[in-house]
Amino acid sequence: MYRASLYLIAGWSGFFVMGLELLGGRLLAPFFGSSIYVWGAIIAMFMLALSLGYLAGGRASLSRPSLRRLALILLVAAASSLPVLLFGDALLERISAWVPDPRFGSLLAAALLFLLPTAVSGMVSPYAVRLLVADATSSGHNAGKLYFVSTFGSAAGTLLTSFYLVLYLEVNQILLCMLAVSVLLSLAAWLVNGSGDP
Amino acid sequence: MRALALALLLALAPAAAWADPPLIHSERSLYRQVFVYGDGDTRCLCFTRECKIGRQSCIFVKQPDRLMFEYTQMMLGALLLDPDPHSILIIGLGGGTLPRTLGKLLPSADIDVVEIDPAVVRVAEQYFDYRPDAHQHVFEEDGRAFVRRMLRTDQRYPLIMLDAYDNQYIPEHLLTREFLEQVKSLLAPNGIVAANTFSSSRLYQNESVTYRAVFGAFYNLKSANRVILASNAPLPSVTQARRNADRYDAAFTALGFRPNSILSLFDTGIDWDPKARVLTDQYSPANLLNSTDRQ
Repeated sequence: MYRASLYLIAGWSGFFVMGLELLGGRLLAPFFGSSIYVWGAIIAMFMLALSLGYLAGGRASLSRPSLRRLALILLVAAASSLPVLLFGDALLERISAWVPDPRFGSLLAAALLFLLPTAVSGMVSPYAVRLLVADATSSGHNAGKLYFVSTFGSAAGTLLTSFYLVLYLEVNQILLCMLAVSVLLSLAAWLVNGSGDP
Repeated sequence: MRALALALLLALAPAAAWADPPLIHSERSLYRQVFVYGDGDTRCLCFTRECKIGRQSCIFVKQPDRLMFEYTQMMLGALLLDPDPHSILIIGLGGGTLPRTLGKLLPSADIDVVEIDPAVVRVAEQYFDYRPDAHQHVFEEDGRAFVRRMLRTDQRYPLIMLDAYDNQYIPEHLLTREFLEQVKSLLAPNGIVAANTFSSSRLYQNESVTYRAVFGAFYNLKSANRVILASNAPLPSVTQARRNADRYDAAFTALGFRPNSILSLFDTGIDWDPKARVLTDQYSPANLLNSTDRQ
């Protein structure tokens, strides 16, 4: 149960990041277009955020790591993407008026809207690796499995969002659903940790 | 005569009559591979290797003024609603047929063309005889970003033409209610929008209700292609269009078609499901809908 929640959270976090990235492209397009610059800016910002998140996640795992804290990270990632829902369009309107250049405008917009939720999501994988690893001999194996789950989740998030979800739901509805899943998973993980299962 | 016969053949069976002639030029752009096919008679711009159905733009080499595609003729139907626009915005350059033809028909009109792909601009100039004069400007940027930028200025256009969609890929942010509302705001009073769109997929329904939601009734010109003519004012009547057709009779005939053949397509009837879902910035799966058969 304990290990299953770790894998589940890592997989979901991968899904969440790629879902957010694809929807980010859709949210920015009305303001900056969908030229190669806009996608370049979005991808660069997500990669930068993930890299910072990995660093922060590894660091956070040094002091008293627990499943509950991991659940908290997932919750914070969800909460920090709320501004996208609440005032994404208003912010994009302002930025596009202020920096109309599609390169730097979209870079700034992607930084303000997606840097935080993506960086916090990036903390999940290294943190989960720490919780999985019992000894030095199995650490590579465990890390490999975790990266598999997390990146597989990313692939699923990319495909499901772009092939199916956008056909049935509005962008903000998809975001809300993803937030709901994050909250539910955090709660579940919180309870698992409390049930005494090591 | 040979060109006329070819045009007739293409109009009757566009897919079957076409066999790829030799490849003249090809280059990889930021967005796609651009191919130019041609022989002594015709030359075509394609975005796919097999370009039976994906021809973006074609010209008759010896008579570059003649219009090979019916959709271009249908787009010129906009001039039957407003015969004398002093400025025109065209989103999507392709081989440059529309701006070249409009430049000849209306030599004093200022024409702004927006094309996202610099390679397409290069190819149009080198292989399709597109030579923008002092009245024409080509902007290499995203169509929606351009419209948004222009809305902050005083510039308004009596005629806006949307020619940025093709059967392989639709820029989805250029087919939403919000975008069309911005286009509508960029029109001068009594302005006209002409859009080259789709007739065969499930998208037909969504696209129709989306245009209807923004512009109200519009002329729905349908043959192998579909062109929508809409206005930000009450739609000019067919009677009025017929009067303008007389004025363009000689000019259109020189381009290889009669205004009456276009006029006969002017139809405001609703032949789509009015309950289809309107496309918005929040809901814009145009490509997914376009890959589904019409219901």
